[in-house]
Amino acid sequence: MVLTNTNRPKWRDRLIIMSLASAAGVAILVTGGIVLSLVFETLQFFKKVPVMDFLFGLEWSPQTAIRADQVGAGGSFGAIPLINGTLLISAIAMAIATPLGLASAIYLSEYASKRTRDLTKPALEILAGIPTVVYGFFAALTVAPFIRMTGGQFGLEIASESALAAGIVMGIMIVPLISSLSDDVINAVPQSLRDASLGLGATQSETIRRVVLPAALPGIAGSLLLATSRAIGETMIVLMAAGMAARLTVNPLEAVTTITVQIVALLTGDQEFDSAKTLSAFALGLLLFVITLCLNVVALGVVKKYREQYD
Amino acid sequence: MIDFTKRAGFNLVGRHRAEHRFQWSGRFAIMTSLAFLAFMVGSILIEGSGVVRQWQIAVTVDLGPEVVDPDDIDAASFGRILKTGLMGHFPDVQTRREKKKLFNLVSPEGSFEIREQIAADPSLLGGRQTLWLTASDDLDLYLRGKVDINLPEKQRRISNVEIEWIKDLKQAGQTRLVFNRNFFTNGDSREPEIAGILSALVGSLFSLAVCFVLSFPIGIGAAVYLEEFAGSNWLTDLVEVNINNLAAVPSIVFGLLGLSVLLGYMGLPRSSPLVGGMVLALMTLPTIIIAARASLKSVPPSFKEAALALGATPVQAVFHHILPVALPGMLTGTIVGMAQALGETAPLLMIGMVAFIVDVPQSVLEPATALPVQIFLWADAPERAFTEKTAAAILVLLVFLVAMNLIAILLRRKFEQRF
Repeated sequence: MVLTNTNRPKWRDRLIIMSLASAAGVAILVTGGIVLSLVFETLQFFKKVPVMDFLFGLEWSPQTAIRADQVGAGGSFGAIPLINGTLLISAIAMAIATPLGLASAIYLSEYASKRTRDLTKPALEILAGIPTVVYGFFAALTVAPFIRMTGGQFGLEIASESALAAGIVMGIMIVPLISSLSDDVINAVPQSLRDASLGLGATQSETIRRVVLPAALPGIAGSLLLATSRAIGETMIVLMAAGMAARLTVNPLEAVTTITVQIVALLTGDQEFDSAKTLSAFALGLLLFVITLCLNVVALGVVKKYREQYD
Repeated sequence: MIDFTKRAGFNLVGRHRAEHRFQWSGRFAIMTSLAFLAFMVGSILIEGSGVVRQWQIAVTVDLGPEVVDPDDIDAASFGRILKTGLMGHFPDVQTRREKKKLFNLVSPEGSFEIREQIAADPSLLGGRQTLWLTASDDLDLYLRGKVDINLPEKQRRISNVEIEWIKDLKQAGQTRLVFNRNFFTNGDSREPEIAGILSALVGSLFSLAVCFVLSFPIGIGAAVYLEEFAGSNWLTDLVEVNINNLAAVPSIVFGLLGLSVLLGYMGLPRSSPLVGGMVLALMTLPTIIIAARASLKSVPPSFKEAALALGATPVQAVFHHILPVALPGMLTGTIVGMAQALGETAPLLMIGMVAFIVDVPQSVLEPATALPVQIFLWADAPERAFTEKTAAAILVLLVFLVAMNLIAILLRRKFEQRF
C-alpha cells in the first residue's frame, strides 16, 4: 500500500520549491549586479582615462574643470597613492591585531577555564558588534590627539589625521575577528597531537608553539587573510580619522587616504553623472571588490581545505 | 644519536619561566583589547552623559495685545519680543556689540519656542509673562562647567561680560537645569542646543523595517532551499560560494550597487529609507542565510524521516516539522543581522542618506538620514557642543544594539534544544 496525500496538488509543492530556489538565486543576482554595475561604469571611466594611467599613475587629484582649457583640466586619476594608503593603514591594523588576536585565541582555547572562556569570549565579541562609526569617532576625538600629543613630547611632528591613529583603532576592531576564527581553527587540531607532545615531556607552551600552531597554520593564515580583506574594505574609521590627502608615503605619522575614503569623497556632495570624477569612484569600487574578492576566495579555500584535513 | 640534553634541554626552570611568559602574553592580549573597549565606551559615556540635561533661562517678555495680536499671532515678531525681553533684564547694555552678546544667551531658536509656548497655552497672551527658554550652546557648556575660564578671554567662546550676566541671572533664580527633551523629540538642527535624534532614529527604523521585510523571507527561503531541497550540483555550489563571498564584500560596495542600480537604473527616490533598507537587506542576506542554515542543520534528520514515513510530502515535512523547530535559531540570526544593519554607515552615505534632515520622515519614500549617519555628520561639526551630541547619539545607538543582542540571546536561551 502506498500512502500519499492525494488531496494535495503536486503543482503547489513544486511552486513552493521553485520560489524557495529563486530566493537562493537572489545571492547570484546580487553578485552579478555588483560585478555588472561596477564593470559597466568602470568601462565608461576608461573611455575618459586610460587604464594604465589609473592603475599605475602616481598622482591622485580628481577634479572637474571649470574651464575646458585650464591647467590640469582633466585631473589625474592615478590609484597608486590610494592603494599605498590603504595598504599602509591595513598593515598597521594587522600589526596590532595579529599578535593580540592570536594570543587571545591561544589563551582562550588552550589555557582558559570554561568560566573564563564563557565570560571573555562574549566580551571580545562586543568589540566586533560596535558600529565602525563609533570607532571612527573615538579615533578622531581621542586617539589621534593623544598620539599627536605623545609625539609632541618627543619632538615629533604628527599630523592630526595620521595613518597611525586610524590603523591602531582598526586593529582593535579586527581583534575579535582574528581571535574567533583562529579559536575555531586551533580547536580543530586533534587532541591526540597535543597528548603526544605532552607525553614526550614538552611543556604546554612548547606543545602549542611547536605542534598546535604549525598544525593550525593554514587555517590561521586564512583567518589573517579574511581580516586583511576586512581592513582594506573598512570605510568609516579611515573616513573620520585618516584624512583626504593622497600622499605616496610609508610614514605612519603622516595623513594618507584610502580607496574607500576617496569613493565616499567622490560620491557625496554635488556630482554630475558620467563625469570622469564620478565614474572614477566606480573604478575604485571595482578595484576594491577585486582585491577583497581575491583575498576572500583564497582565505575561504585555505580554511576549507584545512578543515577537511582533520575531519 | 640525538643529543637530548642539548636539544630539548633539562633546563626546567627556564622552560617553566617561558611557559609562564607565554600564558601571561595571552592574558595581556585579552586584557589590552578589553581595556580598550572599556576606555572607549567609558569616554563616550562621560562625554555623552551631559546631554541628558540642559540649561534654560527665564526671560520676561511682553505679550500684550499691542505686541501680539491674539487674532493673528503669526504676524508678531517674536524675535523682537525676545530681544526686548532680554534688554529688560539688563537695561544698561547699550553698544551693538554687547547687545549681540546678550541676545546670544538664548538659543537662536528661542523666538520659535515663544511661539510654540503660546500655541500650547494661549492664555499666556495679554500681558507680561516669564517664559523658560533653551539657553544657547555656549551658555549651556559654561554652566555645566565645560568651559575653561582660566583661558584668555579671546580663546573661549564666552566672554567675561557674559559670565557676569550669567552670574546675575543665576542669583536671580532665572536659570534652571531640565531634562533635555529637545534631544529626543527634535530633528537635526544647525544649533546644537536644539538638535535632536528623532528624525535620524525614525529614518533608521524605516530602513530597518524595509530591510527586515526583504531579507527575512528571502534569507529563510534561500536557507531552506539550500539545506533541504537543493541537489548537489554545480549551481548549488555556485550559490554557496556566492553567499560566502558576499558575506565578506566591503559594505561600501553594496552602496555603489545601490547607487548605480537602485538609484541610477531603477530611478528609486534618492536618500529614501526604501533604498537604504534595500541596500542593507542585500548586506544582511548572507548573515541571515548562514545563521538559518546552521539552525536547520541542528534539527535531527529523524524529524524529517518520521514525517516522510507517515506520508507527508517533502514540502510538508519541512514546513510542518523542521521549520517550527529551527525558527527560533533563524530569528536569532536575523536579529543579529538587523543589529549589524542598524550600525552600518558607509553604504547609506553612497545612496545619499547623508542629508540635513530637520523634519521627521513620514514614509519610506521621503528623504531621511539614519542614526549612524547622523553620528558621522555631527562628529564633523565644528561646535564643541556637537561633540557631546555625537557621543550621546552613539549611546542611544549602543542602547538599541545592546537591546537587540539581548533579545537574540534570550531567544536562544529560551528555545535552545539539544537533540
